[in-house]
Amino acid sequence: MEFLKRPMKFAFLWLEGWFDRFFGPKWNPFYCLGALGYYYFWIVAASGIYIFIFFDTGIPQAFTSTEYMTHDQWYLAGIMRSLHRYASDAMVVMVLMHLCREFAFDRYRGGRWFSWVTGVSTLWLVFSAGVTGYWLVWDKLAQYIAIASTEWLDWLPIFGEPIARNFLASSHFDGRFFTLLVFMHIAIPLFLLFIMWFHLQRISYAKVNPARGLAVGTLAMLFVLSLVKPAISHEMANLAEVPGVLNMDWFYLWAYPMIEHLGPGFMWAFAGGGTLLLILVPWLPPKKRRPAAVVDLKNCNGCTRCVTDCPFRAVNMQPRTDGAPFREEAVVDPSMCVSCGICVGACPTAMPFRRASDLVAGIELPDLSVAHIRAQAHEAAVPLNGKDRIIAFGCDHGCDAAKLGINNLAFVPLRCAGMLLPSFIDYVLSKNLADGVVVSGCREGECHHRIGNVWVDGRLARERDPQLRRRVPVERLLKNWAAPTDRRQLFTEISAFQARLRDLPEDDAATRLTLVNGGKTDGTETSETAA
Amino acid sequence: MMKPAQIIAQATVYALFALGIGVLSTRPSYTHFDPARALIKVSFAHGGEPVTACRKRSRAELKALAANMRKASICPRQRVALRFELSLDNTVILSETLPPTGWRGDGSSKIYRRIPTTAGRHTIVAKLRDSRRDQGFDHVSRHTITLVPGQSLSIDFKPAHGGFIYE
Ligand code: HEM
Ligand code: SF4
Ligand code: SF4
Repeated sequence: MEFLKRPMKFAFLWLEGWFDRFFGPKWNPFYCLGALGYYYFWIVAASGIYIFIFFDTGIPQAFTSTEYMTHDQWYLAGIMRSLHRYASDAMVVMVLMHLCREFAFDRYRGGRWFSWVTGVSTLWLVFSAGVTGYWLVWDKLAQYIAIASTEWLDWLPIFGEPIARNFLASSHFDGRFFTLLVFMHIAIPLFLLFIMWFHLQRISYAKVNPARGLAVGTLAMLFVLSLVKPAISHEMANLAEVPGVLNMDWFYLWAYPMIEHLGPGFMWAFAGGGTLLLILVPWLPPKKRRPAAVVDLKNCNGCTRCVTDCPFRAVNMQPRTDGAPFREEAVVDPSMCVSCGICVGACPTAMPFRRASDLVAGIELPDLSVAHIRAQAHEAAVPLNGKDRIIAFGCDHGCDAAKLGINNLAFVPLRCAGMLLPSFIDYVLSKNLADGVVVSGCREGECHHRIGNVWVDGRLARERDPQLRRRVPVERLLKNWAAPTDRRQLFTEISAFQARLRDLPEDDAATRLTLVNGGKTDGTETSETAA
Repeated sequence: MMKPAQIIAQATVYALFALGIGVLSTRPSYTHFDPARALIKVSFAHGGEPVTACRKRSRAELKALAANMRKASICPRQRVALRFELSLDNTVILSETLPPTGWRGDGSSKIYRRIPTTAGRHTIVAKLRDSRRDQGFDHVSRHTITLVPGQSLSIDFKPAHGGFIYE
C-alpha cells in the first residue's frame, strides 16, 4: 500500500502548498473536503426541495414539468435545477478526494476504521441518489439509465420476472413505478444524511462547515456555472426508440458503459469486490496498534481537560472508583484511542517540574511517557553548547527538524505537537537545557490528529488550558507548522531563530524567567506556511 | 487582506473547477446505440405445462386422506422447460431451452434478449413449445415489419392476448 500512498501524499502536499498560497490555510479546500461534502449536500437538498414543488410524477408529466422549470421558469426553478445537478457533481468530486486524502495521509487505521467504513457506505448512497435523480427526468438519458440499471439488477438471480421488462414497451410501463422512484430519490439522500452523521460519531469537533469565504466562493461558482450552462434534458423518453447518442454525466454514470462493454457480471464483481476491498483497507495489512492512553488514578484529579481535548472521543468521565476526594475520573476507551497523546498535553498533572520519581501524569501513553520525554530532553541537551542551543519538540507527521542538519539542535519526538505540555517549554528554558525551544507539527489548517496544532496554538496563546506560563520569554520560542515537504521553510525559520538567539543579551536562568508583555501579545512567534 | 494575486488565483481555481464540472456533466457524449440501426428485444416470462399430467386419486387413496385434504387429483408442481426459436429473415438467430425458475422448478421460464439489427424490412418468425411434447411447437407467429432507424421493437408472449405480441 505504501507505494500508492507515498506519491499520493506528496501530490496532495504539493498541491495544498499552492492552495495555501492562494486561499490561506483557513480557506484551503483541501483541509475541509469532508465539510465541502456536507456543504454541497445542503445545496443539493435546498435546491431539490425547491424543484420538487414543480415536479409532477407520472408520464409524461415528469418530463414536461422538468421542461417547464428549465425553459419557462429558467430564472428560478431552472437555476435551482442546475444548482442541484452541479452541486451533486461537485459532491462526488469532494467525496472521492476526501477518500483519497484520508487514504494518502494514512488516516484510516486503528480507531479510525469506523469513520473509514461508514465513509465507504456513503459511496453507494451518493451514486444511487444521483442515478435515481437522472432517472426522474424521464428523457432519453433516463430511459437509458432505467433500462441499463434494471438489466444490471436482473443479472442477480433474485427477481422472478426480469424488472427490465417494465421498460420493454410503453404498454408495460406503469406510472406507479415513478412514485417508487420519487420515493427512492428522497429516501436515499435522507439515509445518506443519517450515515454522514453516523460517520462523525467517533470524532469530536468535526469540521462540517467550510470557512465562510470558501462557502461564498463555492456558491458563487455554482451560480455562474448554472447561468452559463443551464442543466437541460434530452428528448422525452420513448420506449419505442433506442436511446442513441447520450450526453452523459460522467460523475454519476461512468459505470453504465462499463456494464455495457464488460458485462453486468463484471460490474457486480467490480462494485462488490471494490467495496469489500475498500472496507478491508484499514486492516490491509493488519498492523499492531500502538497502546492506547491509560489513566493513572493516583494522578487524575477529574478536571475533564483530556475529555475536552481528545479529538477522537476516546476519553470519558465516570464516577470516582478509588475513593479519592474528587467527583469523577477519566476513563479511556482503548478501541477508539489512536494514541495521539493530545490528552497528555492537556493534563495538568503532567508537570515536568515534579520530582523525577513522581513524574507520572494522570493520563499517559504507555510507550512514550512524560517522564521519558523529559529524560530525552535532558539527554538531548548534553551535546549542545553556545548561545543558540535549541531543543525542538516535533510530531511524527510534520516536517522533521532532526533531519534538517541544523547545528546545535536536539530533537525530541512526540506523537503529535498537541502532546506537548506548555510547561515543558518553561522547563527547558528555566533549567537552562537550551537557549530556545522550537515546537513544530503539521501545516496550519490541517493536522494528522485533526486538531493537535489548533490546541497548541490556543495553549501557547494562553487562551486554552493548560496555558503557557507568562514568565516564559516569547523571544526564545518558535512555533512552526510545516509539512514534510516544507524543509526549506523550516530550515530558514530555525536558522533565523538561532541568529536571533545569538543576539539576545547574555542571561542566566533567573533573568530568562521574566514576565512577558503583560499578556497582550499571543505570546509566541509564529511563522505562516502561507505567503 | 487578500492580495490581488490571491484573488486572481482563487478565481482561476473556481473557474477551472467549474469548467471541469460543467464539461464532464455532459461531455464527452456516449453512443449507446448506432442511431442508424434498430433493436429487437425479446422478453417474456411464461410457465410451461406440468412435467406430467395430473392423475386422479383412487377411492382408497382418497379415503386415507383427512377429509379436508381430499382433492380429486394430484398434479406435479414442476413445469417443463420451454423451447424457443426466433428467426430473422429466414436465419435462426435464437434457439433456446428455457428451464423453469424456482427451487422446485415450478416458476415461469423467462428470457430477456437484445438483438441489434439493421433498419429496414424484416420478417420475424417466433416459435415456442410449452407443452410436454418433444417435437414441434405449440405457438408459431410470423411477423413482417419495416424497422425505422433507432426503432426498438419488443416481442412479448402472452397466451391470454393470443400469443406473441409485437410492439
Ligand atoms: C458523503 C460523503 C462524506 C462526507 C460528507 C464526509 C465528511 C467527513 C467529515 C466532515 C469528516 C471530519 C473531518 C474532520 O473534521 O477532521 C470526515 C472524516 C473522515 N472521513 Fe469522511 N465523509 C464522507 C465520505 C467518506 C468516505 C467515502 C471515506 C473513505 C472511505 C471517508 C473517510 C473518512 C475518515 C477516515 C475520516 C476521519 C479522519 C480522521 O480521523 O482524521 N469519508 N468525513
Ligand atoms: S491518545 Fe488521548 S487524545 Fe489521543 S485518541 Fe487516545 S485518548 Fe484521545
Ligand atoms: S486531564 Fe488528567 S487530571 Fe484531568 S481528567 Fe484527564 S487524566 Fe484526569
